[in-house]
Amino acid sequence: MTEQEIFEDLSRKFGDKIIEFMEEGTQNPTVVVDAGTLAKVATYLKDDVRFQFNSLMNLAGHDADGETDLSVIYHLYSTELKHYITLKVFTSRDEPKVASVAELHKTANWHEREAFDLYGINFEGHPDLKRILMEDDWEGYPLRKDYVPAEFYRGMRIEKVK
Amino acid sequence: MGALNHKFNENILITSLDKLMNWSRSNSEWYFQFGLACCAIELMSTAAARHDLERFGAMPRSSPRQADVMIVAGTVTLKMATRVKRLYEQMAEPKYVISMGSCANSGGPYWQHGYHVLKGVDQIIPVDVYIPGCPPRPEALIEGLMHLQKKMREEPILEKKED
Repeated sequence: MTEQEIFEDLSRKFGDKIIEFMEEGTQNPTVVVDAGTLAKVATYLKDDVRFQFNSLMNLAGHDADGETDLSVIYHLYSTELKHYITLKVFTSRDEPKVASVAELHKTANWHEREAFDLYGINFEGHPDLKRILMEDDWEGYPLRKDYVPAEFYRGMRIEKVK
Repeated sequence: MGALNHKFNENILITSLDKLMNWSRSNSEWYFQFGLACCAIELMSTAAARHDLERFGAMPRSSPRQADVMIVAGTVTLKMATRVKRLYEQMAEPKYVISMGSCANSGGPYWQHGYHVLKGVDQIIPVDVYIPGCPPRPEALIEGLMHLQKKMREEPILEKKED
């Protein structure tokens, strides 16, 4: 099934919760989904016999410019039907939260922890949401575009004085 | 020992205890077996058959308590830096540190935007020999070890350190 057909089916099912279909300017055709509906959409895509998206290849946080909303991108693949779809949700910078799909796709568990670690996106319903790469006492979310490194970490200087 | 030379049979050598101990120390540089990044590949390659680090009596030890030399081979992230420091503290005296490669020397390519990288391992532990390179070739690592051998041979081991 092509991405266009998947988008049309999702639009019929979820109405205006399916926001946009992006084909130009992205590497993979992308369906933009409302953040509150994402878990339902992912469950539908996995369980429906016509889609069978049983593999979450990647889940990534994204910060476009340091001002507008953060986003999370889901790359889904069906090992049964050999087709792909990319989902994208936007969430506010000040209070970023997206429903977790860790119960649905085991892959998402660590990927969501990574997005939480580096972008500060809260995945509601995640079984063990804590930092995965940085130390637990690290302050801030380093991959945000507006991130400014602290001067010291545990007494070690981070930015070397020139 | 000039006056005592040739006073005994040919199979008796006369030397100072310092020299003897330093000679044996410098020819058994047991290094702590751990690597942090791509420099570790060169470290492994140096230890393997072609470059054969054991010619110099240098062999890897898996415990800091048995190691004489810590070769910091790779990028020291801030998260790892706390562990590197602890492992160094667990090594028995006398202990030495070789900083291998640009990352361990100064942060290397992470100098400017490496929010997570320590800008030189000498910020947390004292370094005896710096080896430049990204990563250094095995020959460079061997030269570094030989510089350390030289240092070991020249310092008095029986006198207490001043600090």
